[in-house]
Amino acid sequence: MTLPDYFMLILGMGAVTYIPRWFPIFFLSGKTLPGWFVEWLDLIPVTILSAILLPALVTTGTPRVFDIFRPELFIAFPTFLFAMKTRSLGGTVVVGMGLYWLWGKYL
Amino acid sequence: MTTRPEQTGKKTLHEGVKSAWPICLGYIPIGLAFGVLARKAGLSPFQIGIMSIFVFAGSSQFIAVSMIVEGAGPLAIIATTFMVNLRHLLMSSSLSVFPGKAGKLRLSLFAYGITDESFAINFSKFAKGFWDLDRAIVLNQTANLVWILSTIAGGFGGQFIPEKAFGIDYALIAMFICLLVFQLRGHIYVISAVLSGMLAVFLSIRVPGNSYIVIASMVAAAVGVGVKRKFLIRGKKT
Repeated sequence: MTLPDYFMLILGMGAVTYIPRWFPIFFLSGKTLPGWFVEWLDLIPVTILSAILLPALVTTGTPRVFDIFRPELFIAFPTFLFAMKTRSLGGTVVVGMGLYWLWGKYL
Repeated sequence: MTTRPEQTGKKTLHEGVKSAWPICLGYIPIGLAFGVLARKAGLSPFQIGIMSIFVFAGSSQFIAVSMIVEGAGPLAIIATTFMVNLRHLLMSSSLSVFPGKAGKLRLSLFAYGITDESFAINFSKFAKGFWDLDRAIVLNQTANLVWILSTIAGGFGGQFIPEKAFGIDYALIAMFICLLVFQLRGHIYVISAVLSGMLAVFLSIRVPGNSYIVIASMVAAAVGVGVKRKFLIRGKKT
């Protein structure tokens, strides 16, 4: 990717990220969105995270094939439990990375 | 007689920075990991820095880098960024009840720093009443600065870190696991997450590219709303 192309990409990403952050607090102060839309938006973070995460754990290659015997999936269980217990973002990242590293080193 | 927090510049700065500390603690390892991954994907520390400044949204930056590696086009990356960050719409909406009649410029500056983490802290502090827009802006900008510097530092360190060292390839997955855990706030969230994940796996095998993320999440959230409404209506009758 050339530098001008990269700048265009960053400006595009910046605009589509800033507008949803800015629009409601700037214009919609006091007003309310339709109930179904609020409920839908409320579920979007969890469904996006899950849609990113699960294929990364149980599929591999291009084109993707189903494969559950991967360290990514095995390490996910203790990492998930650690996240549930501690609710620490930084800690979970460090623990996940550590377990994955140890797996690659000794198994 | 006022419940408004003390209005001195020094105190505002101090309290804003102090409250940003837990966020920064989380951002440093993730920022470093992002910088290393982005460097491995071929981005320079300068390119990493401008992405962090203009976008400032951790998960979408990770996704953008993985899409760049896979050779995705700019439009696909921008569309995915939009979908991933659409959740800020809701956070911005719920925060909009607090600032009152604040200046447009300050509101715009505050909006720039809305993230999952800063939203969580600012919202609870605003709700308790010992908080104002200036403190919230200081908190956001402190977290922002730490994020930008961490990602650039990771970018500089990246070239010295060998392939697969320290499990850095797992940083992204671990972060998503934790962010997912944060979002599992009730049965409907778990149901929607399971549905979205299964749909995404199915689609990712059948359909080339990254469109499975957007399709699966939008469909699963819509089904989730349906399930929730049906469940709630039935609950009211009994």
